[in-house]
Amino acid sequence: MNGGDGRIARRFAALAREGRGGLVTFITAGDPDAKTSAKILCGLSGAGADLIELGMPFSDPMADGPAIQAASLRALRSGMTLKKTLAMVKDFRKRDADTPIVLMGYYNPIYIYGAPKFLADARAAGVDGLIVVDLPPEHDDELCLPAMQAGVNFIRLATPTTDDKRLPAVLNNTNGFVYYVSIMGITGTRAVSTDHVRQAVTRLKRHTKLPIAVGFGIRTPQQAAEVARVADAAVVGSALVQTLAGNLDKKGKAKPGLALAVLKQVAALAKGVRGARGKPVKAA
Amino acid sequence: MTLNTFRAGPDERGQFGIHGGRYVAETLMPLILAVERAYNEAKNDPAFHAEIKYHHKHYIGRPSPLYLAQRMTEHLGGAKIYFKREELNHTGAHKINNTIGQILLARRMGKTRIIAETGAGQHGVATATVCALFDLPCVVYMGETDIARQQPNVFRMKLLGAEVRPVASGSGTLKDAMNEALRDWVANVENTYYLIGTAAGPHPYPTMVRDFQSIIGEEVRAQIMAAEGRLPDTLVACIGGGSNAIGLFHPFLDDRNVTLVGVEAAGHGLKTKKHAASIEGGRPGVLHGNRTYLLQDEDGQIQEAHSISAGLDYPGVGPEHSWLHDVGRVEYVAATDKESLQAFQLCSKLEGIIPALEPAHALVEVIRRAPRLKKDHLLVVNLCGRGDKDIFTVADALGVKL
Repeated sequence: MNGGDGRIARRFAALAREGRGGLVTFITAGDPDAKTSAKILCGLSGAGADLIELGMPFSDPMADGPAIQAASLRALRSGMTLKKTLAMVKDFRKRDADTPIVLMGYYNPIYIYGAPKFLADARAAGVDGLIVVDLPPEHDDELCLPAMQAGVNFIRLATPTTDDKRLPAVLNNTNGFVYYVSIMGITGTRAVSTDHVRQAVTRLKRHTKLPIAVGFGIRTPQQAAEVARVADAAVVGSALVQTLAGNLDKKGKAKPGLALAVLKQVAALAKGVRGARGKPVKAA
Repeated sequence: MTLNTFRAGPDERGQFGIHGGRYVAETLMPLILAVERAYNEAKNDPAFHAEIKYHHKHYIGRPSPLYLAQRMTEHLGGAKIYFKREELNHTGAHKINNTIGQILLARRMGKTRIIAETGAGQHGVATATVCALFDLPCVVYMGETDIARQQPNVFRMKLLGAEVRPVASGSGTLKDAMNEALRDWVANVENTYYLIGTAAGPHPYPTMVRDFQSIIGEEVRAQIMAAEGRLPDTLVACIGGGSNAIGLFHPFLDDRNVTLVGVEAAGHGLKTKKHAASIEGGRPGVLHGNRTYLLQDEDGQIQEAHSISAGLDYPGVGPEHSWLHDVGRVEYVAATDKESLQAFQLCSKLEGIIPALEPAHALVEVIRRAPRLKKDHLLVVNLCGRGDKDIFTVADALGVKL
C-alpha cells in the first residue's frame, strides 16, 4: 500500500490540477475543550484549509514551542485522551468525507494505546495519516510499517539537518507527503526564509515524488503565500493556536468568539495561499 | 535466564531488551548518530582514556576510598558495611565522573557550547565545573521547583560561570528541564553538545554515561579485593535515572553471586501517587529518547514524580536498569521520604558523614537488610553524594528553622 489512492493523494492531485499550493492547518484536539475544538475542526475546511493536522495532546511535547506546549496542556486539563481524539475524527468524518486528516504527536500515548489497536481504530475513524515526531526511521518496525500496511499514511519530517546521505533513509518508508521542517528549532519560534525553503524543496524533490509541505515558522498570509509558491503546501500551527489562546477568559475558558476568530484567520491564510501562484505576491 | 553475559548490551539499535533505543525528532537524529560515532572512536583511542585518567587522579581526586563504616556495622549488628565514598569527589558527588568524560568528547567533536539539565543541581554543578575548566559557555536548564529547593547549587553554578535557565513548564522539575534542554539542542544543533547527566536518554547516552561511571564499580572491585581478598556479597545504590547505580553494578553484572540492589524513591509511599519509583510503580513507555519504565497514566501521559530528594525526582529510569529488572539480575526496592530522612540522620550521627538525600535512600535498604545478614557478609553501599546541599530541605522536613 503506497497511499496513492487515499484522501491525501487525491487532495494533492486536485491541488496540482488547480495549479496552487495547499494550506495545512494545525490545531490540538481538545484545545481548549472538546466542544470548542470540534467546532473549529468542522469549520476548517469551509474556511479554506486543504488538509488538517490534528495534534494528539501529550504531557511532554519536546519538539514544540511554548504555544503548542500550552495547547497540549489545556487539552489534557480539559480531559482529552487519545481515545477521545479518535472519536472527534469519527464525528468529523460524518460531515466531511474528503478533507484529509493527519494526526500529529508523540509516540508514547500510541504505544500505551497499543499500536495495532490504534491503527485499526484510527483507520476506522477516518484518519488518513500520522506524523509521530519522536519515531525516526530507526524504529520503523514499531509503527511506520504497520501503519502503511493498515492503509494509514506515515508522514515523515525532514529537517535542515537531514543531509543528502540521510535523506534516502528518511524517505524510504513513507507516503502521503513529506513534511519539511523549515527551521532548526521547535514549533513557532523562528521565521522562515523563502530562499531556504526554495532550495530545500528543490533538494527534496530530487529524492522523492511525494508532495512537500513546509511548516514551522509560518505565521502570516504573506509567508504562507510565499511558501505555497515554492512548495506543495504550507503548514500553519502556532499562529492559529496563539489566536485561540488570545480568545480565552481569565479562567482559561473559551470566549464566545473563539472558534470564529481562528476560522477567520484560516480564511485569510487560505486567501494568501490561493493567490500565491496567480500573480506575484509583493515581498514583505 | 540463560544469558552468557549481562554486560554485552546494548544491541546495534541501542536497545537493552525492549528498552533504550533512539526515539528523538529527526532534527536531532544526525547529531545523535554523530555523538555515537565520536564516542566509538574515542573509546578506542588510548589518548582519550589517558586524558580521563589524568583528570580522575588530579582533578576529581580518584580513587575515592572504600571505607569500612564500623559504627554503622556495629549499630546494625549484621553485615560488614562499606561505603564507596563518591561524595568525596570534587564537587561532592559521582556526577563529575560523567561530565569529565563527556566534555572531553564534546571537545573532540569541536563543539563550542554546552547545555545540560539538572534536578538537584549536582549534575548542573558538575557540568558548570568542567565547562569552567575547559573554558566553554554553559547553559543549565533547571526546573523552578528545583531551583527553589536547591538554592546553594544554583549559586554554585553561577559562580562557576554557567547560566541557569529556570524552566516553568510542567512540574518545574527534572523531566521538564530535560524537555527544555532538548528544545535548546534542536535549535542549536550545529555548535552545541548536550551533556546528559544520567544513564538515560537516546542511545548512545545510557551506554556512554554507564561507561564513564563504571570507574565506581571497577575501583570497588580492586579495593574490596585488597581489603577482604574476595568480592562483595551485596551492592546497594539509589536509583533516580540510575547513573551511580549502573556505574557500581556494571562491572559486577556477571558475578552471579553478588546481589545487586537498586533503591528507588517511594516519596510518600508507593500506594500514593506521590513517588518516583518508575520500576515498581510504572510501566514501559517512551520518553526523552528511550523506552523504559515510566510513571504514566492509562492514556500514556507522563505523571509527575515526587521525592524529597530532587536528584531522584524523575518519572523514568535508565533503560539498562529497566532491562536488568526484566531479566531479574538486579533487585529493585524503594524507600520513602520519611525512611530516608531517618537514615540521613543516623548516618550523620554514627559515621560523621552527612550523606545526600539520594544515597540516604540506599542507606534505608542497608538498615533494613544488614541486621538479617551474617557478620562476614560484605555489603557495599554507594555514597554517591554529600548532604551539604540538602540541609535546608532536611531542616524544613524536620520542622527546624535555620
